[in-house]
Amino acid sequence: MPRFLLTKFARAMLTILLVMSFAFIVLRLSGDPAQVLLGPDAPQDAVDAFRARWGLNDPLWQQYLAYLRQLAAFDFGVSMRDHSPALQLVMDRVPATLALTVPALMLKICIGIPAGVYAALHRESVADRGVIMLSIFGFTIPSFVLGLVLVLVFAVKLDWLPAGGQDGWHYAILPIATMSIGGIGILARFSRSAMIEVLGQPYIRTAMAKGLPWRDVVWKHALPNAAVPIVTLVGFMVGALIAGAVVVESIFSWPGIGRLIVVSVANRDLAVVQCILLVIAASMVMANLLVDFAYGALDPRLRGAAPGR
Amino acid sequence: MSFVLIRDLKVAFDGVQVLHGIDLEIAPGEAVGLVGESGCGKSVTWLAALGLLPGKAQVRGSVMIEGRELIGAPRAQVEAVRGARIAMIFQDPSSSLNPVHRVGRQICESLRLHRGLRGAAARSQAIALMDMVGIPSAATRIDLYPHEFSGGQCQRLLIAMALAGKPDLLVADEPTTALDATIQAQILDLLSNLRRQTGMAMVFISHDLGAVSAVCDRAAVMYAGRIVEQNDIGRLFDAPRHPYTRGLFDAIPDLDAGRARLHPVPGTVPDPRKLPRGCAFSARCAAASGLCQDHQPELRPQRQGGLLACFHPAQEPAARRQEMLA
Repeated sequence: MPRFLLTKFARAMLTILLVMSFAFIVLRLSGDPAQVLLGPDAPQDAVDAFRARWGLNDPLWQQYLAYLRQLAAFDFGVSMRDHSPALQLVMDRVPATLALTVPALMLKICIGIPAGVYAALHRESVADRGVIMLSIFGFTIPSFVLGLVLVLVFAVKLDWLPAGGQDGWHYAILPIATMSIGGIGILARFSRSAMIEVLGQPYIRTAMAKGLPWRDVVWKHALPNAAVPIVTLVGFMVGALIAGAVVVESIFSWPGIGRLIVVSVANRDLAVVQCILLVIAASMVMANLLVDFAYGALDPRLRGAAPGR
Repeated sequence: MSFVLIRDLKVAFDGVQVLHGIDLEIAPGEAVGLVGESGCGKSVTWLAALGLLPGKAQVRGSVMIEGRELIGAPRAQVEAVRGARIAMIFQDPSSSLNPVHRVGRQICESLRLHRGLRGAAARSQAIALMDMVGIPSAATRIDLYPHEFSGGQCQRLLIAMALAGKPDLLVADEPTTALDATIQAQILDLLSNLRRQTGMAMVFISHDLGAVSAVCDRAAVMYAGRIVEQNDIGRLFDAPRHPYTRGLFDAIPDLDAGRARLHPVPGTVPDPRKLPRGCAFSARCAAASGLCQDHQPELRPQRQGGLLACFHPAQEPAARRQEMLA
């Protein structure tokens, strides 16, 4: 078991390293921070000084090695704009993002899964068709459209809720709604098909033939099996908690990670972007590890059978 | 009085009729075989009787168990019959056990449901049942999961689960189809022994005539959603009279005949959406006449015993087939 854990951990680290290397290279190929930060009219000596200050004149491989050395020492660099530590900048934004994404995730789980399961249990009924229609509606409408429509209706026309900003809990309602509707649709549809798949399995027929009441067949035999694929999807959603939502935060001027990433990429603030990507990659990898362990807990066939044992 | 009385049972899926009025009686303690090709409605008959078909299936007719109607009965009433009066085991043992629960828990679930046993009492009874169906070292293996057992052992576990409710009738739906030949024989032995020990009735659904003859007293041959012939095992094997029954016997390879050709039944089972107007077997039948193509022969009692639905039954006894199977 410890060996199994170690391999998992090593793989996770490798994944993060690959993400970071990719980010490092792409960021350096995509534009010169000196030009962007200092502006096109900056005097040449200012640009040269800036490039020298941030080591941008060194060959790429030297910059890369220096970056890896920093990472190994848990030094995530400082912002090129105001010299504040990048990690601090990112961590300051995390609570605002989580304030949106965690309630949105709860809504997705608490509405999406029960709706999907209900639809599967009442297949071809009006409720089932309703769930399918609403879920397709939910995940096909892009969040930038949905967000703007919600603002138009609830902020502009009805004036019930603020259109943007962060000044009290009710400012979070529209962004959370925008974020969760798509996920509810996806999760409902996915839970429905997972449940339908399980209900067609021979062991469900066995459970019924045994004389179990239908309620027990559903709760004790169908749901624990349907949970495996559903957990996979929820795992992705958990992994995306930190990544937040670039579009939604931008629409509602919400000062979270999403806004920070937009601003930092626009400014070519390399250290900050890299740091955000690192945090996002780490949370994704963590969520994947959790899903792996959840698999083992849910399905005995997957216990210890994970690759890399 | 018969324990189960099925009268004119009809089943349709999406408007396509697959069962065209089945009449069948099972007496207490009796073992009856239900024989036929895949898709002829053998399993559907019993799934319909126990209300285990998907909701889109339309079931009509009557299934009485000790005089009480099951078709159209409230769900709770049907659930009270399942497992307690009539238990059923299925053809794919490995996927018929819930993969995420320990086998002991699955057996105990039946014990709690039908005998009110809980905790340690249920556990020791579950171990006793596992012993009874021949699972070695049951006391330690009760906490394993289904995937840790072989297919044959899974079928034994399913039988143990079925026995937990002390049913009056066990419906075995092709219980050995997914198993290899030696395991098949073991499971057949087990079923025969259990029936002797418990005195329960059994319906053995199979396309394997040898298996049916090993387990049953009586057999009904089904074709395209109808019973075409029914008789005691001995008489059915000595003198099969329906051309389809004869075809089934002819298709059994003869061990003593050297490298003789097999005699398959020509043609294929008709599509249930496009059944011929008359006898469903007429298109594949050497003896068919114009009468067969236009009229459906009814299942009638025969002078020599048994039931038969054929206008041109075979007369000649076929004693050699008994020999062949022995």
